[in-house]
Amino acid sequence: MSASAATHDDHHDDHHDDHGPAKGFMRWVYTTNHKDIGTLYMITSLIMFMIGGAMALVIRLELFEPGMQYVDPGFFNQMTTLHALIMVFGAVMPAFAGMANWMIPIMIGAPDMALPRLNNWSFWLLPFGFVMLASTLFMEGGAPAAGWTLYPPLVLQTGDSFPFTIFTIHILGISSIMAAINIITTVLNMRAPGMTMMKLPLFVWTWVITAFLLIAVMPVFAGAVTMLLTDKYFGTSFFNAAGGGDPVLYQHLFWFFGHPEVYILILPSFGIISQIIPTFARKPLFGYSSMVYATASIGLLSFVVWAHHQYTVGMPIAGELYFTYATMLIAVPTGVKVFNWISTMWRGSMTFETPMLFAIAFVMLFTMGGFTGLMMSISPADLQYHDTYFIVAHFHYVLVPGSVFALMAGTYYWLPKWTGYMYDERLGKLHFWLTTISVNVTFFPQHFLGLAGMPRRIPDYAVQFAEFNAWSSVGAFVFGFSQLLFIYIIIKAVRGGQKATDEVWEGASEHGLEWQLPSPPPYHSWITAPFVK
Amino acid sequence: MTNPHTKDNTIARSNRRIIVIIVLVALGMFGLGFAVVPLYNVFCEVTGLSGKIRAEAAIEKPQGVDESREVTMEFVTALNQDTPLNFRVETPKLKIHPGQYYTVRFHAENLTDQVVTARAIPSVAPGTATQFLEKVECFCFSEQRFEPHQHRVLPVRFVIDAALPAEIRDITLSYTFFDISNKQQNSSTR
Ligand code: HEM
Ligand SMILES: [Cu+2]
Repeated sequence: MSASAATHDDHHDDHHDDHGPAKGFMRWVYTTNHKDIGTLYMITSLIMFMIGGAMALVIRLELFEPGMQYVDPGFFNQMTTLHALIMVFGAVMPAFAGMANWMIPIMIGAPDMALPRLNNWSFWLLPFGFVMLASTLFMEGGAPAAGWTLYPPLVLQTGDSFPFTIFTIHILGISSIMAAINIITTVLNMRAPGMTMMKLPLFVWTWVITAFLLIAVMPVFAGAVTMLLTDKYFGTSFFNAAGGGDPVLYQHLFWFFGHPEVYILILPSFGIISQIIPTFARKPLFGYSSMVYATASIGLLSFVVWAHHQYTVGMPIAGELYFTYATMLIAVPTGVKVFNWISTMWRGSMTFETPMLFAIAFVMLFTMGGFTGLMMSISPADLQYHDTYFIVAHFHYVLVPGSVFALMAGTYYWLPKWTGYMYDERLGKLHFWLTTISVNVTFFPQHFLGLAGMPRRIPDYAVQFAEFNAWSSVGAFVFGFSQLLFIYIIIKAVRGGQKATDEVWEGASEHGLEWQLPSPPPYHSWITAPFVK
Repeated sequence: MTNPHTKDNTIARSNRRIIVIIVLVALGMFGLGFAVVPLYNVFCEVTGLSGKIRAEAAIEKPQGVDESREVTMEFVTALNQDTPLNFRVETPKLKIHPGQYYTVRFHAENLTDQVVTARAIPSVAPGTATQFLEKVECFCFSEQRFEPHQHRVLPVRFVIDAALPAEIRDITLSYTFFDISNKQQNSSTR
């Protein structure tokens, strides 16, 4: 692959190191190239998505009928815990980091990330973290089983795998902080001339805000799990009531991290959707600056609403009221974003290629998840919803047809740019419909289960819940196997197909710098910075 | 444009500054997580929000008894995990007048052939009542040592301050015994 074919090849730089990638496996180990690292992140994410998905299918298999059939309750709990940890930290976060690596330098007109060696590190920590986490399955006492929230005192009963779980979290936290440092530095220092902050593509903006959230909350989580570690092995009593500690303190620390974390999982999706909808509506994004401010206010508000996860711990009435109102307030900037997306589509000349289909489904289904969030933000009502399948339905609506759909939309949108070949549009549409229908079959019935009182994180349930659970399991299996089609489509596009043009999508070159580079872009992206009007 | 090398240097310097700032913020947030532990305990103690009670004895001093008002006190006993005690209270429910001193007797019995050291952790609900509860005598002020199969009576003498807000009509006082026989006395985090 030759790297010399920059678009503006009229001014050839003579001092740039114009070499392509090294050969063989070591290329990937030593690489400091933003595209290579982006690819590594995304492949890792896809593998984790399949592993986490397989665990979800174990859960849904057991829940297909009432009674205990296939796994014992301990293993079931290990599956719920690992499924969540792997999906959050292994599938969604690395996928966004991969897209950031690939796209941010290209979108802001930079040759690479600002700190390429740090970039190599932040990726290569991940495989170590996940191998360590996976190895806990084979340890005495099994993998962690106290839920991804790792609440004490329950989590302190974890067997030998406990310290490995904590160290995994430390490693993943360090990796995310390094990625965040890199992204902020790149965006602040590497923009092409004329690319002012208020001209940044929204994917870049949302990632900058996400990076700030990561830096602010990952260390708090690392601190909280360190306290768990010392409580278990070094006799401290941070969360141990017998020694004067308080387990509720852990919940405050966890959710001070946890709520911003759920926005870490969704803000980059907002960015991706804000790139895709204007392209296929053939209109500029409606309300660009309100989008930036809305994202920033969501980021800021996310720090002051954490205790809506703890309405049942016995807060005083003033606390319940405060957290109710503060949480509802988040719906305002979120609403601004949804209205802006709809206004962008309004009277646009829309076409419905696969990325756009996923983006439209995102807008509709994410909004439903937002509405159930709003229902749960009302503390007296949440006493009923808390720890039932209703909340499982809520967060899966915001995370699967939310974050994951945005990632799929982004993949289809940029895949021709990454590989140089168009993906198979017919198969893409098939994948979309299979995925969208099955995701609703899976998660919609869970709302009813929750309202009827079925608790979350249980391997068995009362018989009146049988029908909806059977539906949900059938949906989950269809969803899971549909993703094999996704992988097939990606592999097919990597190996060849119809050549993609530079612009890929009709008129796209007005919607971002990435469409002005060849498909695939040269190994070093913008060797000569473009000038942004 | 100026010499590209000076530009590269400025960028490198600026990169370094950003890295230093971010790393300091991250370390600061890590430290903050620990710093909130004592703050949280002080906050809960002052406001009584967590229902935690000061583990110090108050001095008994006669005060005006509010005969016009009756408050229902409920006493709850609990054992953490498998603390090998039998633990109960003589009067699970008591109607009291604010300002008056009462004594309630708890019973605990060691069910094993070994010495058991246990610590009782009190908790009050609603949390806002915490600051109006004063205890003159309580087995929760210190660790309790039980000889094999020893049965002990553990009295609690307390008063509810007459300043208790009128809307509080029921107060629950609960004790949970934690077995600490195997742990050497460790310093608590406060
Ligand atoms: C309008 C926006 C939102 C509101 C008002 C909202 C509100 C809530 C509330 C009140 C809970 C706690 C329910 C309970 O435990 O009883 C909750 C749980 C949760 N939310 Fe949201 N939410 C919103 C958006 C999101 C988004 C965008 C995400 C992630 C992409 C998300 C992910 C989660 C997760 C993962 C949980 C469950 C955590 C757990 O207990 O394991 N939410 N949400
Ligand atoms: Cu939240």
